[in-house]
Order: sequence, then C-alpha cells, then structure tokens
Amino acid sequence: MADIDVSGGDSGHKKGPGVKKAKKLSTRVDMTPMVDLGFLLITFFIFTTTMSTPATMPLTMPKDEKDPKDLTEVKESGALTIMLGKGNQVYYYEGQLKSDGSNFKTSNFSDIRKVIIDKKKQVVSNWRPDAACDDIVKKAQENGDPDWKNACKDKDFVVVIKPNSEATYKNTIDMLDEMTINRVKRFAMVDITEDENKLVKLTEQSNKVQ
Amino acid sequence: MTPFVDVAFLILSFFMLATKFKPPEAVQITTPHSVSSDKLKEQDAVQIEFDSTGKVYFSMNTKKSSDASLKKDLIEGINKERNLGLSNIEIQNFVNNTTVGVPFNSLKQLLSLPKEQRTSARQPGIPVDTANNELTTWIQQAILAFQGHQVNYLVKGDNNAKYPSFKGVIEALRKNEQFKYQLITDPESAPAGTELYMRRLMGDKYSSSSNQ
Repeated sequence: MADIDVSGGDSGHKKGPGVKKAKKLSTRVDMTPMVDLGFLLITFFIFTTTMSTPATMPLTMPKDEKDPKDLTEVKESGALTIMLGKGNQVYYYEGQLKSDGSNFKTSNFSDIRKVIIDKKKQVVSNWRPDAACDDIVKKAQENGDPDWKNACKDKDFVVVIKPNSEATYKNTIDMLDEMTINRVKRFAMVDITEDENKLVKLTEQSNKVQ
Repeated sequence: MTPFVDVAFLILSFFMLATKFKPPEAVQITTPHSVSSDKLKEQDAVQIEFDSTGKVYFSMNTKKSSDASLKKDLIEGINKERNLGLSNIEIQNFVNNTTVGVPFNSLKQLLSLPKEQRTSARQPGIPVDTANNELTTWIQQAILAFQGHQVNYLVKGDNNAKYPSFKGVIEALRKNEQFKYQLITDPESAPAGTELYMRRLMGDKYSSSSNQ
C-alpha cells in the first residue's frame, strides 16, 4: 500500500534531549466499508443486468397465392418433407408420401441433419447443367458468394417443414435453424395434411411417445 | 486485502460495462437458441410475444418516448375500429404501458385498472385462432399508425409454446401482407463440421443471409 515512511526517527542520528519526538500517525485507511460497498454493487449489477443481447432470426414467408398458376412447383426428386410432432420427434419422407406410408420414417433432432445433408448431396449429384442456372450463378457471384460455382446445383432441393399442433415453438425454430446450418436455400413452412398427421399420431402411439 | 479489493472493483467495472439492464418484462419468456447473429433492432417495432401456454401479447416500441403519439394513434384506431368506447384516461393508460394480452371485449376493463393492478392483472392472451384472429386488427392499426416508417416485426416466443400460436401470429401478419419478420432468439455458434461452420471459418458474411 502506498504508505509514506513516517518512521524517520530510527534512521541514525540521535536528536537532542530536548527535542520531542513527533507522534506517529498511521496513514492506513480502514477499507472494509469500501469493500462492502464494492461487493454490494457487484451483487446489484449481477441481479439487475443481462449479459447476452438477443439475436434475431429473419424469416420471410410467402404471400397467399390464390392462383394455382403462381404456385411454386417442386420437383419430386428434390423434395424432402419434415414433420414435427410431440416429444421432440421428427418424421420425414422424400418425394411424395406413398399411400401405404412405406417411405415415412422416424428420426430425431440429432439425426435429421444427416438426412438433410445426404438428400442435398443426392440432389447435387443429380444436377444437370441447364440454361436457367446462369442467372442464379451470376447473382451469387455478384453477391460475393465464395462458392458461387455451385450456387445453382442445389436449386431443386426443397425442404418442406410441417409442424403439427403438438410441436413446440422450439422445435420449429430448431428446424428453421437447421435450414441455415445446412444452407438449404429453399424451404417452406406448411400446414400438415390430415393423412400425414394420422401417420404421425400412429407412429407416436406405437413408439409410446409422451 | 488490497489485491482483494482490486479484484472486486475489477469485477464491478466489468459488470458495469459488459452488461445492460434487463428491460421490464410483462411475461416470462425463454427464447430458443439459433445460429443467426443479426442484431436486434428494437426501434420502430411491433413486438408480438407468446408465452409457454401460448397466450399472445402485443406491444409497440417507438424510437423515443416523445413518439407517444404513435401509440395514441394506434389505440385510437383500435377504439374506432372496434367501437370500444375508451375514455381519454384509458387511452393514456395504454400509451404509458403497452403490453396487451386481452381480447378486445375486455380491453376497456384492463385499461381502466390502476397501474399497479394492470401490470399484475392476469391476461388471457389475444385470440389468434383462425375463426377470430384479433391480432390481425392490432397489426393493421399499427401499420396505419406507423405510416411512412419502416416497421420491424419482432416475434418472441417461448420454447414450450405450441406451434398453433406461432401459426396464428404468422397468419395475422400474412393477412396484413407483412411477410418479413424477426424472430428473437438467443445466439449460439454453428455446430462444428457443418456447411455453415465451414463458411464462417472462411469469413463469409454471405451465409448469414441465406434465408432469401
């Protein structure tokens, strides 16, 4: 601590007999109240403030198309439909749902990423060059996409997300997040159909999902 | 003791600089995590919240407190549209404290309560089901009140809320031809080894706006 040496007397030369020694005053300050206050403030700040500033996830939904001509068409080979049910369960099928439900599969949030990646790879490997692609590639290049050469290869890949009424908001956001993580450029959030919901319910029953 | 005091004040200064005060919350909402890292724009925003039981709340953030006239425009528009017969005091109450989670037929009752009771009053949530989506009217009037401004739509939902309340919110926005909105989430990093992770390693800003 920055205390000044006030003990001048002991250094050597003796003072005369008549000279009184000055009374030593301590320069040390009692710091306990200050420390108390410091910790009080720390506790106050811990309890009243937040650390993380929330981030936002932009979401763009399509408008209601009345005219069936304006609806986006999706190639069956590139479509992956993911359904969300209760108990964090994920169900999916590729292309169109077969009437006997044989391509309806059950998955969960840790495995679905692989399914999406595999499907994307499959779509990319089936890609054939065509003229409609030039615009997309050019646009990607202008936007500074480092991977612009491949920007068009996954253009047929579409993921359709269908949460049912028992899926939680967290599941829905996680799935939208999965789209960002795996760079799925085209995805849609659609209501679940009755047939699909029935299949989900049946699977839930047989798997005893709570 | 001195080093101890030093550390204590270091921690104190850290908390003062690195954190910010919690905004007062009408409802307790735990938001989900997501990899997006866009900053939240709180100004000129319409905030729609839904809690874990799916109750929907509506509030409006304006740039300055002097912009209270926007809130007044909104509530007067609602008043006229729905013939609620709100008194001036009730309108002023709305301007002062704007998180609303009641259907229109009990809005007058909520706003006539004194301030302390209003904040603690149990609110049943704004109806958002397909038959009676009152949020549509709220958003419609907010657009009218904000005319000329760019409005940000912030949707803040709880982890455990069920999908139908989220869908009701989307429907209400869609009916007003509003298709772009921000979902408030807690940031997390991209999982290692994924495509987004690789791109972020390459210093790619393009990937954050992949949602076109």
